[in-house]
Amino acid sequence: MLRLRTQLQRGLMPVGLGLVAVLLHLLIRSLGKEFYLTQLTMAVYYAIVVMGLSLVMGYAGQVSLGQGAFFAMGGYTAAILTTHDFSAYQTAAWMETLKGMHIFVSRPGLYGGEVTAMTPWASFFVAMMLTAGMAFVIGYPSLRLKGHYLAMATLGFGLIIHKIVVGSSLAGAADGINGVPEWNLGGALTISGKTPLRVTNYYVACGLAVVVLIFLRNLIRSRVGRALQAIHDRELAANAMGIPTAAYKLKVFVLSALLAAVAGVFFTHYTGGIGPSEAGALKSVRYVALCAAGGMANLWGVTILSVLVNFMSLRGWFGSYDHAVFGLLLIAMITWCPQGPLKPVGRWIRRWSSRRAGGEELGR
Amino acid sequence: MDNTSLALQYFFSGLTKGGIYAVVAIGFNLIYSATGVLNFAQGEFVMLGGMLAVSLLAFMPLPVAIALSVLIVTLVGCSLEVVFFRRLQRHSILHLMIITIGLSIVIQEAALHFWDEKVRSLPYFTGNEISSVRVAGAAISPQVLWVLGTVVVSVALLHLFLKCTLYGRGMRACSSNPEAAMLAGINISNMRTMAFGLSAGLGALAGCVISPITMTHYEMGAPLAIKGFAAAILGGLGNPMAAVIGGLMVGLLEAFSVKVLPAAYNDVAAFAILLLVLFVRPHGLLGSPAGEGVREC
Repeated sequence: MLRLRTQLQRGLMPVGLGLVAVLLHLLIRSLGKEFYLTQLTMAVYYAIVVMGLSLVMGYAGQVSLGQGAFFAMGGYTAAILTTHDFSAYQTAAWMETLKGMHIFVSRPGLYGGEVTAMTPWASFFVAMMLTAGMAFVIGYPSLRLKGHYLAMATLGFGLIIHKIVVGSSLAGAADGINGVPEWNLGGALTISGKTPLRVTNYYVACGLAVVVLIFLRNLIRSRVGRALQAIHDRELAANAMGIPTAAYKLKVFVLSALLAAVAGVFFTHYTGGIGPSEAGALKSVRYVALCAAGGMANLWGVTILSVLVNFMSLRGWFGSYDHAVFGLLLIAMITWCPQGPLKPVGRWIRRWSSRRAGGEELGR
Repeated sequence: MDNTSLALQYFFSGLTKGGIYAVVAIGFNLIYSATGVLNFAQGEFVMLGGMLAVSLLAFMPLPVAIALSVLIVTLVGCSLEVVFFRRLQRHSILHLMIITIGLSIVIQEAALHFWDEKVRSLPYFTGNEISSVRVAGAAISPQVLWVLGTVVVSVALLHLFLKCTLYGRGMRACSSNPEAAMLAGINISNMRTMAFGLSAGLGALAGCVISPITMTHYEMGAPLAIKGFAAAILGGLGNPMAAVIGGLMVGLLEAFSVKVLPAAYNDVAAFAILLLVLFVRPHGLLGSPAGEGVREC
């Protein structure tokens, strides 16, 4: 009976989340402010980065100050490969093979002529592999140590990526890259910033977020999740119990980097470009701030808070106090509700419902 | 200019930057030893020191302005400890660390709105922009000597303070074993406040002496904090004097990397080498691996 109920609940979650997305859409539509959807879509992509970080901070107990850099790595890899003209290799034999495999494609360029570039799907996989490799290289040495070496290593890595992006002409230096082509996911689903596709893209982003949320939730409730919880609570004890702490931390870190890169690739195709500010240290700090303010090990709190705050920030509601709001939010949340804003609310609801249930039993 | 004097020139430039990183790294270490928290707002103390001194200069002579600015920033550091860290005893180290990230953003934004986004600087302590001293074939600004002198004197004074005075010994006792220190009658909370005050004051002093060379700007804190953090880890966390060596090494690496890489990438070189060192010797060059187990972080 209980099993059936939990299975039902598990099945209901995606439906419920989808419903929230639809309701939000309807609400915005009834307000006549459909342009809000654009910022909402972007906010959802940013939230995916924070979800990944929630796993690292909340469960592995490590701080990564490089999520912005991983986001940018995904975005820039996709942007460079899909916009860079590989026509010089037009005649090479391998190019023919790759074209046959739909890894490269020729399309009319922005300024006339033909441009040969990688297809979005192929560049997506390249971005994933690059990011996973990079995360592994950074995480492997620094996660085998106790203490906050990952914070340092990722901070340094973020700085390096930012400098490289700003300093190299291939990545468009300070201007970033524009004119990233749209990405046809298959069927009617196309990621692009065009106005008629706004609603489609909103649902693509929400769909991706729901998939990631369900995946992470299942992961947390699995053997891996319990191991992570043990590591977070008492690393030494977890180690003594036979949990390979370093390996688990590394896996979680690589996973979070991949999620950031996925968000980066989607985001880049959606906005049609990416700039160096995405790789900046302050962006990474923002992700950390949102994750901490949302309660770290609290996926729901983290998601809701980061969508909300990022949306408000993207709409420019904070004006020139944008950064200050992030800082104050961070301090206030950690000071008063370190478990996230949803925990006190949840506790209140539970108390209320248990009191009611208790009352009914008494009446009976 | 021949090769040796060029190298000497790089050497002095690296030493100047390294000296400042060293001071920031010492600040990191003081707070880390006392509380176990990596204080990401460390660079903000440097910025505040410079900014305040520039503003105060309108009303008083330079030495007084610097002294007053250092005093004010020291009080700011103490009050941060009293307001946040003393009251949040039940929070984990991770939470406290993240609070310092928030503090760093807020202080930076407060500085932006209190002053403005303009770059400002203190006048040269002696001479001016074009005066130079020749040292073994390299031309250096007298301000560089001021920076190096200040760093050496303050490090020496700090060393004496930690080794010879009652309070300094108390602070060291707190960092090596808080419970035992408490049992011996040392007021740990006050020692922590003092650690915050000391590292804020040191940072502010560094911000003042470096101001004529690198200028003071509301955003200057974060990069300095990153470098200082790097220096502290390179030297070995928990050992203030190792931080000096770490800081000088980061500064020198950065200066000499100009020779092989374009100037835009000099941070890249410093960080790449730093990460490499960390991976080979994670507890820092002078740190002991056993020290890590003492503190549950």
